[in-house]
Amino acid sequence: MEVNKYINDVKDGKVSVIKTVKDILKEANKINKDYNYFNNISEELALELADNVNLDGKLAGLPISIKDCICVRDVESTAGSKILNGYKPLFNATVIDKLIKEGAVIIGKTSQDEFGFGSFNVNVGLDKKIPKNPLDKERVTGGSSGGSAGFTRLTKHPHVSISESTGGSIACPASFCGVAGLTPTYGLVSRYGLIDYANSLDKIGVMGKNVSDTKLVLDVIPGHDEKDSTSLKEKVKEDSKVKKVGIIEESLNVEDKIKDKIYEYLDSNNINYVKIKLPLTNKFSLDSYYIIAMAEASTNLAKLSGMRYGVEEDVEGKNFNEYFTKIRSENFGKEAKRRIILGTFTRMAGYRDAYYLKAMKVRRLIIEEYKKAFQKVDLLVSPTMPITAPKLTDVNKLKPIENYMMDILTAGPNLAGLPHLNVNVGYLHKMPIGLMFIADYLNENKLYNFENVI
Amino acid sequence: MKINKEILLKVAKNARLDLNDEEVKELLPQIEEVLEHFSNLDKIDTNKVKPSFQPIEIKNVFRKDKSGMCLTQDEILKNVKNKKDGFFKGPKTI
Repeated sequence: MEVNKYINDVKDGKVSVIKTVKDILKEANKINKDYNYFNNISEELALELADNVNLDGKLAGLPISIKDCICVRDVESTAGSKILNGYKPLFNATVIDKLIKEGAVIIGKTSQDEFGFGSFNVNVGLDKKIPKNPLDKERVTGGSSGGSAGFTRLTKHPHVSISESTGGSIACPASFCGVAGLTPTYGLVSRYGLIDYANSLDKIGVMGKNVSDTKLVLDVIPGHDEKDSTSLKEKVKEDSKVKKVGIIEESLNVEDKIKDKIYEYLDSNNINYVKIKLPLTNKFSLDSYYIIAMAEASTNLAKLSGMRYGVEEDVEGKNFNEYFTKIRSENFGKEAKRRIILGTFTRMAGYRDAYYLKAMKVRRLIIEEYKKAFQKVDLLVSPTMPITAPKLTDVNKLKPIENYMMDILTAGPNLAGLPHLNVNVGYLHKMPIGLMFIADYLNENKLYNFENVI
Repeated sequence: MKINKEILLKVAKNARLDLNDEEVKELLPQIEEVLEHFSNLDKIDTNKVKPSFQPIEIKNVFRKDKSGMCLTQDEILKNVKNKKDGFFKGPKTI
């Protein structure tokens, strides 16, 4: 059932929220056995919220799943990492409070790459399970918000999922699973209560079965928050007019059949486009993104040391350095260790200027390149991913650098903090193909108007 | 970028990670390869460019110097196994 219709029916008393929530919880448990989309299904909280729904709210009675890295009070929130096992936040992330206020019902925490470190959702925490693609269990969901994308695709009930993107973690799994995924402007949605990956890149967003479902949530979650010093005071711009669309020329270096589908979609929707070149973004965004992301991640993860929350061991008689080192070495997964080491390296005296500062200078040049492009067009468009969802066995053969290269198309808009939307435009060998629309800062309304090019 | 076992272990020690021989063997070429890729940025001149600490320019935000509500000591210690007399208990520092 469409989310809009469901909410109207709830308000009119035509459907029971409690029954819907019980049904979706049952379904989530069943699907989870085969597909591993949830790290935690929060039945108790869901039923309590269903019982006390704000029927006047914009999301009255709507079941919502939450990526594991977003804190929900009293519900285990691990960001997909073993090191945070047992951590039950004492507070809600700001976005959770906003959703509940508008009548949403939180149903559980979705699986993800550990701390968001991945493009395929295979880098899960040491005791977590890899989610499987909803259309082919041998294939991956994409990452890092794989659980959110997979469940959004498979559920038969009204539902949206709150997810998070640092370098493509919403667009990529949305593309591989064939759902709509919105990543808003950096700073539009408060990051308070997000277990951070990289502070200057993280953005909380939303996935839905279709584009209009995500728009509904975008009307609820933005807003300045004094608890997040990077949250914006500005609002989404009203103007939704799209006069010109620019297809990013360098992004077309993908499989011919993916390219064909994208042209077919643009043509069948009468979307006229011009070609736009983004040479700096194409050549340098991936490296700039990964350096900044890893540097910030390595500092963020320094706080996880077996004290105050998460995994702890007996501290009696232990030396602090040995204790912290033991906890971290035994509880971080392989990719987390790799990124901590790379991030620590690029911040070290002697290397900082060559890597970390350089990457942030390059980011400025890339932002300027996008700004120039948006003087010519209202929206940019490209394939979301260079491929469709690969098989897990093939992903396992990739070297780390080959993994990172998969973000070549999503790194740019994420690095620049630009809003972008993945739309499913068809299938290749039964696997979904995603198209990504990118807009200038705070022009989310243009993203939702791509089919109405003047 | 050439990186040897000594540098790798130094970085790991700084990050409070203990790497076994197998991990060192696996990580060394991977890290070297990634850093090599990162040096792609050497090709672009950024001499006159200021670093972008955020994608959107933001100003420092200060809160008013007024006391407000916060979590209680009991609440703060709710997630903690190692605690004593209302405090976090950690390993020995000296």
